[in-house]
Amino acid sequence: MSLDPATVRRIARLARIGIDESDVPALQGELNGILGWVEQLNEVDVEGVPPMVGTGHAALRTRPDVVTDGNCRDAVLSNAPDGVGPFYTVPKVVE
Amino acid sequence: MTYTIEGKTGAWEIVVGLEVHAQVISHSKLFSGASASYGGEPNTHVSLVDAGFPGMLPVLNQECVAQAIRTGLGLRARINLESRFDRKNYFYADLPTGYQISQFTHPIVGEGTVEIELADGTVRHIGITRLHMEQDAGKSMHDQDPARSFIDLNRAGVALMEIVSEPDIRCPEEAGAYLRKLRQILRYLGTCDGNMEEGSMRADVNVSVRKAGEPFRTRCEIKNVNSIRYVMHAIEVEATRQIEVWEDGGEVDQETRLFDPSRNETRSLRSKEDAHDYRYFPDPDLLPLVVEQEWVDELERALPELPDDKRDRFIKEYGIPRYDASVLVAEQAIADYYEEVAKGRDARLAANWVTGDLFGALNRTGRTITDSPISAAALGGMLDLVSDKTINGKIAKEVFEDMLETGDSAAAIVERKGLKQVTDTGAIDAAVADVMARNADKVEEYRGGKDRLFGFFVGQVMKAMAGKANPAMVNEALKKVL
Repeated sequence: MSLDPATVRRIARLARIGIDESDVPALQGELNGILGWVEQLNEVDVEGVPPMVGTGHAALRTRPDVVTDGNCRDAVLSNAPDGVGPFYTVPKVVE
Repeated sequence: MTYTIEGKTGAWEIVVGLEVHAQVISHSKLFSGASASYGGEPNTHVSLVDAGFPGMLPVLNQECVAQAIRTGLGLRARINLESRFDRKNYFYADLPTGYQISQFTHPIVGEGTVEIELADGTVRHIGITRLHMEQDAGKSMHDQDPARSFIDLNRAGVALMEIVSEPDIRCPEEAGAYLRKLRQILRYLGTCDGNMEEGSMRADVNVSVRKAGEPFRTRCEIKNVNSIRYVMHAIEVEATRQIEVWEDGGEVDQETRLFDPSRNETRSLRSKEDAHDYRYFPDPDLLPLVVEQEWVDELERALPELPDDKRDRFIKEYGIPRYDASVLVAEQAIADYYEEVAKGRDARLAANWVTGDLFGALNRTGRTITDSPISAAALGGMLDLVSDKTINGKIAKEVFEDMLETGDSAAAIVERKGLKQVTDTGAIDAAVADVMARNADKVEEYRGGKDRLFGFFVGQVMKAMAGKANPAMVNEALKKVL
């Protein structure tokens, strides 16, 4: 699998990473290098082997339906660069 | 009869599938301990998990899983004992983490079915494709400031069930019936309050059109329609638009659209051209969710009686028509009320009074069954007086109105107003004789063969006795002398 320059630009846009057109060839090379390395896994025959989702055999932990958190607006808003009263704000999003 | 829309080139069928987002009834959120209740001061029902702070980890709410399973069982659907959570990646200001945790490849509930009934009595089965759990997003407010949008994260992370139907719906009426039925089932189960105005149930509507016998054509998705009426309108409006596009030699693009009820049109959301590239992948913070069949069985045993089962039981147990039974099971509270009235009494009579006079009275007074001015016991008490012939059906209406106004019991009203039915043959015979004497001409005509006049005599005798005579005895007495 190999990425063309258009796909590199598309991935960047989906990730909201602004890149210079001059960066595209270098990024294309790096990404293709990563993909090529991961593609070595294709050499392993996994026919009939169920997908592994973790190395531990622990079950998913759940919690009871109890309110134990929240009511910490100051902490929640502590990193907001442009908070107004009890709200975060962002540059206007239309539609 | 197939529903079609007439275009320039002939009739077009419509094909509709619905994705319903139903907010789960729970105390806390799907993956955090913050409150899931509606309202609250902005950004107070928010934990650092919901706000997407670095290092925060999601922990699944067990009750939300139970609610999803109950709903799956109510939709007669397959429960998947193993399901998974994926990240659906997109950027929006009210989605702090940059992804929504959802279930993409392995939902907790698989195929099921919902039975709907149309106005003409047609019964159809709408297939359910799947139900999965996911997080709600926060709320953006765009009208507070000229340059900024304000963000409230109280809803962020609240559990939703997305219920996806097969493209089995063929007309707006079926879409409406499906949504009403789904809402009824959710409310019976207590898994979602079904309140579309508050946004706790909302629908994305997939619409396409085709000529009879064709395979499906390209569909469009109308996002976030928030009332049943709007869903029905949006389908018609969007189908009509697509027909025009096809007939003008154009091509319908698969896209997301918005329905604008004030202009009765749908319009494209072009800003979301990348919207379907969500780059799903398994959420590395969450292991697969494995539930035991024993737990599913336990949840199933504890389910309430579902509307279809209740309707069938009412038909069988109370001998009432299917239509009445459907009306009576529309809400659990109505069904409970009816059962209390019907128990040990004439069940058909009880059904007539509940669906007729009582519903009429609730409508007039703007009340619901739960704050009915006449309790089930009080209405039952009145029916007892009808059954033991203390009052007749006509007087019963008068007593009912009085109960509505004064809140007195039927027995007290009958006593106070002296409405007890007259079953004294002497009094009835006297009234009959009096009416005959005053209407000698009519008696002559009747005896001459004008049978229709019998009703006139009954009416006159009843009038003479202020409506309190036993109608059967009046008939009897009249027949004897005429």
